[in-house]
Amino acid sequence: MKSQILVSALILVVLSILPFCLIAQEEQGNSGQFSGNFQLDGQLYRPDSAISAVVPPEKMALSGFGNLLYTYGKLSAGVRFETYIPAPVAYPAGAPWSGTGLGYRFARYGGDVFDITVGNFYEQFGSGMVLRTWEDRGLGVDYSLDGIRVIARPYRGVAVTALYGKQRFNFSDGFVNGDGIVRGVNADLDLNALLDTLASIPGQIIIGGSFVSKYQRNTSSQFDYPENVGAGSARLKYLIGGFQFSGEYAFTDENPSAMNSQIVPIPPDQNPGVGLWLPGNGINLNATYSQKGLGVSLTASSLANMVFQSQRGAGPFDSWINYLPPTSVLQTYLLAQLYPYATQPNGEVAYRADVFYHFKKDSPLGGKTGLKLDLSATQISQPDIEMIDDLGTTRNGADISLFKKGDTQYYADFNVKLSKTLSKKFKGSLFYMNIAYNNDVIQGAYNYDNVATPGTVYADLVVFEGNVKINRTNNFRFELQTLFTDQHLQDWVAVVAEYTVSPHWFFSAVSQYNYGNANDDFYNFPVGSIGFIKDSSRISVNYGRQRAGVFCVGGICRVVPASNGLSISITSSF
Amino acid sequence: MKANLLTLALLLLSSVLFSQKSVPSVVIKDLKGQSFNTADFNNDGKPIIINFWATWCAPCKRELNTIAEIYDQWQEETGVKLIAISIDDARSQSRVLPYINGSSWDYEVYIDANQDFKRAMGVNNVPHTFLLDGDGNIVWQHNNYSPGDEEALYDKIRSLSSK
Repeated sequence: MKSQILVSALILVVLSILPFCLIAQEEQGNSGQFSGNFQLDGQLYRPDSAISAVVPPEKMALSGFGNLLYTYGKLSAGVRFETYIPAPVAYPAGAPWSGTGLGYRFARYGGDVFDITVGNFYEQFGSGMVLRTWEDRGLGVDYSLDGIRVIARPYRGVAVTALYGKQRFNFSDGFVNGDGIVRGVNADLDLNALLDTLASIPGQIIIGGSFVSKYQRNTSSQFDYPENVGAGSARLKYLIGGFQFSGEYAFTDENPSAMNSQIVPIPPDQNPGVGLWLPGNGINLNATYSQKGLGVSLTASSLANMVFQSQRGAGPFDSWINYLPPTSVLQTYLLAQLYPYATQPNGEVAYRADVFYHFKKDSPLGGKTGLKLDLSATQISQPDIEMIDDLGTTRNGADISLFKKGDTQYYADFNVKLSKTLSKKFKGSLFYMNIAYNNDVIQGAYNYDNVATPGTVYADLVVFEGNVKINRTNNFRFELQTLFTDQHLQDWVAVVAEYTVSPHWFFSAVSQYNYGNANDDFYNFPVGSIGFIKDSSRISVNYGRQRAGVFCVGGICRVVPASNGLSISITSSF
Repeated sequence: MKANLLTLALLLLSSVLFSQKSVPSVVIKDLKGQSFNTADFNNDGKPIIINFWATWCAPCKRELNTIAEIYDQWQEETGVKLIAISIDDARSQSRVLPYINGSSWDYEVYIDANQDFKRAMGVNNVPHTFLLDGDGNIVWQHNNYSPGDEEALYDKIRSLSSK
């Protein structure tokens, strides 16, 4: 708390001095600049028992934020005000955000050699396997650190970052930090820039490494939890010709937490909250080849007990220090979002392959205007887990081998998309996706009474998308989607129709229709939207029924309850 | 304390109107993984388009694919340069370069993996397009993409080039 006041005071001082510098400088015609952005979301909920729609006691929700950023040469300072009165029903319920107040504030000196930030900041080491603090305001995710960060670039090709801080946990009339303390250092070396003329390397090599440690006091009288838990990573990126290879290896020390207690069943007398006394590790490998008209990407990733949160008892959406995104491709078609994969940080073995190909104009398949092909396939399985019989010591363990597959498939998909310009007026695309979704593990598919579907859901999705350019400013776009499955809610049809008048207006109507399910019931989810855009400002109004869904961003997937009603959204930048 | 902040905010806001905005200095990565400072964006005194996009954003790809078909012509007539800033994170970053090449784009592309540049530019969501004049001042911006928006953008570019 004391440090928070200190940081706030420091930022106030900087903010107070800045305007005077500004006035002094303005006479010389060199003033600082302000920028910022703003978002407001309002929802009015209606009861709708057929789909178990959620209505908060307030019947309405209002959330929003405003960022104000001031830059003066190498100095900058910023604040963000946030409001949740209350937060929308789609926000996480674990560490609730409520009230109005300051969500973020910082002061920064961004010099060429030293870049120093005091206050809140977002940072990523490498690909984020041991540290990534990030935000997604729309989903109610904010893992910012509050403390100090120093980035040093002492020499061309060298960047070293050191940071120390507490992590945002929730929001109650202002951001609230969690218990844990996070400390970390990271170094990145661009060998070609560093060696410059000293040596010539075929291709290009970038290497890096990080070490992060978290501290949380042990208040348990029963268990001797480690108070300091370290994590580290090493990475390499190598480029030659059209090829790029990158890989990162990461580990954590023994890290018993609420999250990893579920890796193996722990007998009830052993307190299931204890977690596993087990070091974590993970590998992520990518290889890509591309040239004009062709791109290929291969990914292999395996995780074993890689949960790294700044609080031992944190829930699945809270206090994440590292970032473990799903290996599957994020599909934005409405019905594809019924079955998105969520990373299983406790253990998984995942592979993905992507191909992008552009059949040129006047080639046999390309025709007069060319043809684009996107292909992608993902396979994710349980890793091989061997339980270590160590129950006598109250330390439960398991041994997970990276890249050694277990018996259970978690997720698989295959999808292909063909896009073609058929005439000056019409562009069309065809998309097919086949999904296998192990709901016992991923837990994203529920029926209308909010009961999880057991077993694996197999689904096929076909989408036809068309774009009709009516004239210079008017355009009509449509999507016809159909999904077939026997394991979950049976079959769906969805229609999306969107009419836009550039650059200011859009009108859209969406209907998702679910038929043939268990009780022979039919469910329709219609939503109508109108939007107006002027430069960097946008206002949109939606009215209709939203089906329950799974929202996934990064390693996080959350089941969003069904709702019915009106929503208004305003965004602006300045 | 609260009154203090409010006074400050008003004082600071009053000077907003006078400021001409340029691109803030943020370190991002090019497609080879090398660091690049956004304050160094340069097109020899000709206009620059900065476009925020992601491989998972369908309207973004529609916009950049549409412009790709007429980009040659835009460059010839006005010398404009398009800089595409991908906000793809570790999940989809390895798809960025294959996608760009697979789509035959000729843009200058950078990766803003933890959205530091997006935050500094006040971008709420993608796509978001900025137009910079030859002196690097932000003269126009637009959020969203509807087919036809590229024509409005090009009108702005032409009016800059004819100055």
